[in-house]
Amino acid sequence: AADESVGSMAKRLSQIGVENTEENRRLYRQVLFSADDRVKKCIGGVIFFHETLYQKDDNGVPFVRTIQDKGIVVGIKVDKGVVPLAGTDGETTTQGLDGLSERCAQYKKDGADFAKWRCVLKISERTPSALAIMENANVLARYASICQQNGIVPIVEPEILPDGDHDLKRCQYVTEKVLAAVYKALSDHHVYLEGTLLKPNMVTPGHACPIKYSPEEVAMATVTALRRTVPPAVPGVTFLSGGQSEEEASLNLNAINRCPLPRPWALTFSYGRALQASALNAWRGQRDNAGAATE
Amino acid sequence: ILAADESVGTMGNRLQRIKVENTEENRRQFRELLFTVDDSINQSIGGVILFHETLYQKDSQGKLFRNILKERGIVVGIKLDQGGAPLAGTNKETTIQGLDGLSERCAQYKKDGADFGKWRAVLRIDNQCPSNLAIQENANALARYASICQQNGLVPIVEPEVIPDGDHDMEHCQYVTEKVLAAVYKALNDHHVYLEGTLLKPNMVTAGHACTKKYTPEQVAMATVTALHRTVPAAVPGICFLSGGMSEEDATLNLNAINLCPLRKPWKLSFSYGRALQASALAAWSGKAANKKATQEAFMKRAMANCQAAQGKYVHTGSSSAA
Repeated sequence: AADESVGSMAKRLSQIGVENTEENRRLYRQVLFSADDRVKKCIGGVIFFHETLYQKDDNGVPFVRTIQDKGIVVGIKVDKGVVPLAGTDGETTTQGLDGLSERCAQYKKDGADFAKWRCVLKISERTPSALAIMENANVLARYASICQQNGIVPIVEPEILPDGDHDLKRCQYVTEKVLAAVYKALSDHHVYLEGTLLKPNMVTPGHACPIKYSPEEVAMATVTALRRTVPPAVPGVTFLSGGQSEEEASLNLNAINRCPLPRPWALTFSYGRALQASALNAWRGQRDNAGAATE
Repeated sequence: ILAADESVGTMGNRLQRIKVENTEENRRQFRELLFTVDDSINQSIGGVILFHETLYQKDSQGKLFRNILKERGIVVGIKLDQGGAPLAGTNKETTIQGLDGLSERCAQYKKDGADFGKWRAVLRIDNQCPSNLAIQENANALARYASICQQNGLVPIVEPEVIPDGDHDMEHCQYVTEKVLAAVYKALNDHHVYLEGTLLKPNMVTAGHACTKKYTPEQVAMATVTALHRTVPAAVPGICFLSGGMSEEDATLNLNAINLCPLRKPWKLSFSYGRALQASALAAWSGKAANKKATQEAFMKRAMANCQAAQGKYVHTGSSSAA
């Protein structure tokens, strides 16, 4: 997931003391996309931000072409960020539906074969509310429907943030409610499930929860939640890494794939930070570090 | 699962066809024949759904039917719904009654030996049917029933039957079945039902009875498994199809094809048959005690055939329009 918006890239770049310019963002993505053929076995798709879809490397080769030449599918972030839901306790929905069909058609022409749309829910005493769940599920379903009308596979991302002190069980409970609403909405909007991917959070405790859980416990809670809500017709679940460290994200994904419950969908990753944190750190904005950063 | 829970009225229809009077004793006699077959029946049948009256009936030696079944390791279930009621303002659609006092009834049935319940909701395909109201209302009633069962230690069998009446094609049935099942699983989730402790008893996806187009078992299987694939979470351990108006042989052939369908099938795919297990047996019996052996053999034959079909191992014998 290399689709960080300009604002999100600002945060990443400021952490390594690099100025948030279009050129620096281009140089950084170039570091990632110049990975050699070893990457073909590990990465099947890359999610782009709009700007990046039209950028080129130092030799003038469009990034889209570099990625496609490696046999990797190009995707595009199509949502336009979160907006508040009035009358709720700080909850949001996600915008981006206006003119989405035309945008999808253009992105398809420009090389994208899948898209991604992120909705955000949070756990607190009164949240997520029924409205937030229903509204975000509905907007995800509209997005998915429009994508499919334009030959684009929608990645459906209903992220429940790990902010808070709630325990693993509460996250599981909320995740099940959210996913049930998402799949009902997808059914209501006649979305072809076999042509979608799900990008959920893993089921984890809140960041501020005093109880520690093992990867096996995270895996069991996560797979249980998915088994109760995600129809087998969905071919794959690609987890987001959220606030997890690179190593945590890998350990948890591994434990998920070793969970003894039957799992009819592929369980893999759609990671941003968990794939890029070390690379970003190794690069620190210096061309001389590009090789090491790519490695 | 053997669905032997025909209500008094429904048994009346069955018995009338073999010219047997619909008395409690006749109903008892027929059920006795089914329940006292050879012990090996427990290789093919894991559960029997009973009607209220039958739960308290005994064999000719005075032994309770439910104990006969339990001693063979067969789980006893009980029909819990109390029939249909019209939904005003719809095109002759219905919901199902039976929620009043259901918790107390479940508790009593549990004491009396039942370990699972069954509740049949009915939806039909026709002009403007099934309507949103019918789908939502029946899904909600099923979820309430399931929730109450689980509160009382009974496993709920959830039966949202889309009936085959009509001239619609198989594709239309698939579309409707997907909408209905999506609503059912959303309602079960809303009502906090523990999916791992439920079974689904759906219709197979077939054309309407009056549809002129004919479909093969493989087509029925692909449409059926696709619909389930798109709606039934993997947490549901088993799906036991109803036979509806299908002949015994068709019910077996279709179940076999379903188990051979190449799509991922994370739930067990088996049967909960009424007519498709009993039609030949009923005809062989014709109300005469002298026909006991023929009756029991006819039943055993279908039980074993469906057991094979539930593993995709059934070898077709005889014509598909039998019984």
